[in-house]
Amino acid sequence: MSSEYLVEVEHLKQYFPVRTGFVSTTPLKAVDDVSFAIRPGETLGLVGESGCGKTTVGRSLLQLYQPTGGRIKYNGEVIYDAGDLDENGAPRVDDKGNPVKGKVKTVNMLPYRKQMQMVFQDPYSSLNPRMTVEDIIGEPLDVHKLYSTKAERREKVLSLMELVGLNAEHATRYAHEFSGGQRQRIGIARALAVDPRFIVCDEPVSALDVSIQAQVVNMFEDLQHKLGVAYLFIAHDLLVVNHISDRIAVMYLGKMMEMAEADELMNNPIHPYTQSLLSAVPMPDPKTARSRKRIVLEGDVPSPLKMPSGCPFRTRCRYATEQCAAQRPQLTDRGNGHMVACWNK
Amino acid sequence: MSEHLLSVKDLRTSFTTDNGEVHAVNGVSFNLDRGKVLGIVGESGSGKSVTAYSIMQILADNGRIAGGSVEYNGEDITKWNSRQMSGFRGKCCSIIFQDPMTSLNPVFTIGNQLEEAIRLHTNKTRAEAKARAIEMLTLVGVNEPAKRVKQYPYELSGGMRQRVMIAMALACEPDILIADEPTTALDVTIQAQILELMQDLQKKLGMAIIMVTHDLGVIATMCDEIIVMYGGRVCERGTADEIFYNPRHEYTKGLLRSIPSVERMKERLVPIAGNPINLLNMPAGCAFCARCDRAMKVCLDHVPVERQVGADHRAACWLNDLALKDEAEQRAAAGESAGAIQAATGWVKNQSGEWVFDPVAEEGGAEQ
Amino acid sequence: MNKPLKKHLLSSQIDLAKFAPASDAEKSQQEVMSESTTFFRDGMKKLMRNPLAVGAIIILVVLILTIIIAPMVIPYGYDEILKVDGKRDKTAANLAPFTYSENEMAYMEKTGEKLFPHIFGTDKLCRDYFARVLYGTRVSLTVGLFASILVMIIGVVYGAVAGYAGGKVDLVMMRICDIIYSLPDLLMVILLSVVLRETLGNAISGTIFASLGTNMLSLFIVFGLLYWVGMARLVRGQILTIKENEYVLAARTIGTKPGRILRRHILPNCLSVIIISVALQVPSAIFTESYLSFLGLGVSQPMPSLGSLANEARSALQSYPFQLVFPALMICLIVLSLNLLGDGLRDAFDPKLRR
Repeated sequence: MSSEYLVEVEHLKQYFPVRTGFVSTTPLKAVDDVSFAIRPGETLGLVGESGCGKTTVGRSLLQLYQPTGGRIKYNGEVIYDAGDLDENGAPRVDDKGNPVKGKVKTVNMLPYRKQMQMVFQDPYSSLNPRMTVEDIIGEPLDVHKLYSTKAERREKVLSLMELVGLNAEHATRYAHEFSGGQRQRIGIARALAVDPRFIVCDEPVSALDVSIQAQVVNMFEDLQHKLGVAYLFIAHDLLVVNHISDRIAVMYLGKMMEMAEADELMNNPIHPYTQSLLSAVPMPDPKTARSRKRIVLEGDVPSPLKMPSGCPFRTRCRYATEQCAAQRPQLTDRGNGHMVACWNK
Repeated sequence: MSEHLLSVKDLRTSFTTDNGEVHAVNGVSFNLDRGKVLGIVGESGSGKSVTAYSIMQILADNGRIAGGSVEYNGEDITKWNSRQMSGFRGKCCSIIFQDPMTSLNPVFTIGNQLEEAIRLHTNKTRAEAKARAIEMLTLVGVNEPAKRVKQYPYELSGGMRQRVMIAMALACEPDILIADEPTTALDVTIQAQILELMQDLQKKLGMAIIMVTHDLGVIATMCDEIIVMYGGRVCERGTADEIFYNPRHEYTKGLLRSIPSVERMKERLVPIAGNPINLLNMPAGCAFCARCDRAMKVCLDHVPVERQVGADHRAACWLNDLALKDEAEQRAAAGESAGAIQAATGWVKNQSGEWVFDPVAEEGGAEQ
Repeated sequence: MNKPLKKHLLSSQIDLAKFAPASDAEKSQQEVMSESTTFFRDGMKKLMRNPLAVGAIIILVVLILTIIIAPMVIPYGYDEILKVDGKRDKTAANLAPFTYSENEMAYMEKTGEKLFPHIFGTDKLCRDYFARVLYGTRVSLTVGLFASILVMIIGVVYGAVAGYAGGKVDLVMMRICDIIYSLPDLLMVILLSVVLRETLGNAISGTIFASLGTNMLSLFIVFGLLYWVGMARLVRGQILTIKENEYVLAARTIGTKPGRILRRHILPNCLSVIIISVALQVPSAIFTESYLSFLGLGVSQPMPSLGSLANEARSALQSYPFQLVFPALMICLIVLSLNLLGDGLRDAFDPKLRR
């Protein structure tokens, strides 16, 4: 069975138990009912503030955590099913409307690890300081036994290094000898070693200097053209996400607020949270900065342990009504695939 | 009494590390006037934070001010002893850091720490200090300040903590507030709140701010004047509009080109090639020469000197000097005297009749 | 046209030719990467710059060389009662350093032959004290070193499993640690060494262990059984922090199996902490051995150890203080230099202290 989408995520839930008393635990809903799908060769940008669960989405997707609920499909094949959804992807309920939990279905991930890879945020902690560049990039080749001779391994590593713009003579050096941008290139080469079709990029440029950021963003774009990989590009920098993404999804407190084509989202944000997020970005342009009226959000993000009822954003929203507190808005299509979860807009 | 509130002259700061001497700041000069907001922008390793720490003399153990002076109201504070310096810190000049969690002591309440800061520099009683602490918290927009003073830092969110840090920094009404990446660790919406707050407070209290950041957006929002640093030196300085709309240093130009913008959304980014500077291996000439597209031979072994390139605008780039050669030729054709041409452009003909660059030292210029 | 101006004395004229664009090669020359170093080489360089650590290393090397070579050179054994001309020398008891007994002097006068001096004098049983101290040092160092290695092996394996497995496994394993930690260790050491001495004797007779002696072996076992707990906790703590690093996550994303992650990614990164802790463990093991021997529970006579030498010297402390001074000094020297070396290693290799 194949499908239009490369990766499909249906009603993904990821709760972490947090000890709140001597024996009692409360689930921390890091990701709560998030659905999206990515086509081959497409880039979906995922933005949100720290603690909104965007990193967790990426990690759950690759099953570095075991999702609490939902279903994940790769190339039409189910690679994880928490058992709480029926065949059509709707939440399974019993006669009284209570959610029913079925059997968890997992598959051996090893073959899929060759297809789905990840690039990490921190170029300093994502490379083992005791390994040479050659060994770091060669490790996926070792694990998946992608070579027959030592010479072949070396050749593959060197061609990967060339692909990401590193010099061959750097192969025997250790990660700590490189600058942040170069380290990020090593991390990308490691992800590309297995020739994946999908890469989760978890804030890959936020730790880099502006001038280096542009190099790495360009490289991501070039690699996409050359290799046809799809990205889930997670970041908090709206300008960068907007630049690289075909579509953008906005998350707040573990929930999806809005999802649309990149241009559409930037020019016509509908959700009040997206609007304030966009207006809060400091523009590198003194005249705009002076003339622009910012929508400054009041207050802080609520603790995910004390999630507001209904819409999670209602405590900071200018348009909040009683309905927002009573019922949680669902993502609805406002035309051309512009999905928004808001009662008032 | 000097005309400037703070005047940094040819500041040099170096660190002794296991791998050798690192010259983090190599001759930085600037003046700060009362009530102005000065932005220092640069990448990591540009020496922007070290410059700020040198002013406060809060360098790490292996760092030292190797040369130059920092004059506060005309007095060179690099010569002050530690007692004088602790009077300077907090009362004359305060600093807020990037990470408010690590700059607050986790075992004392917010109120405790604020009162301590207040009582250190004033002879207020405990009750007065407490009242002042609550007043300061109200000023920085902390809700329910009377309740907050009893809380510990971990009970507050990142944005709240940064507000408390600002309250603490401003408690003794310093003339200067140094903000070292004050919003880098915060989310965009919280960053907007803090920037708004700092602008408000600046208007209300009239202190001068030195804003140290790598974020051009923050700089554009906050600052009157901007200093662009690279490799421990000043590349360019000027008003915000001059820097953003008429950059005259290749590094500044590259930096502005490399940020994605909403208007040119799907255009390919133009990054600056190469890698950040290795402070242990500084080039002999311009620090930026290895990454500069238009680098010339002179850039490799001669450090460019900062020159006036417009009203309120100075830059240190050899390209600007080269550009003056045409002007020199025109002036020569118009029959101006060699001395006048040299004074105006720095170009002069040598014995064999070839143009050479030999600038007359600007009056009080090059060294400011 | 004006006359060219004279060059100012201090100014540097720059030719127009210098304003030609620089080639890429010229530019790339500016971008030099520092010389490649490994973590280990870098740390060694730093260690060698620390005068205290270097001093400690020199002392230890000299000491180890002495205890290896000197017994081959000096003609006296540690358990050998002095003989002059084939006869027991009864006059050689409790000699002061660098003196000869009456019989020896008479013998030297008679034959003109020069006898090897008693560098540290002799003990009350007419044995050369230098030889005894050397052998004692040997025993103490061996016990210290092997006990620490034993502690390291058990501790690392246990801590690594607990730390990496996490969850319930970790909980149970660490509670076991807590229980062992709560035992009064000296009491346990004494009890165990008494029990083991009895039982081991039969078990090992005829094997290579027999030559080591039951006491020495029971000492190892006692150390191994009791002191690994600290190491296990340390390793577990290290692993818990290292596990959080993104490179471990990256390895999982690649599909690396847990065993390989532990071997390739986690353990090499706690190696420095383990080595430092072992270096600091050796002196404490030497101490424990010394006071066990001092209490008469250590190695058995006539095998000396620094502790038992000190114990024997105690009875004659008033009249022959040097007999206590030499072993005590030796213990101090070893422990001090091992501690300094351990501190030096930590300064050089602990990633948290790098700058």
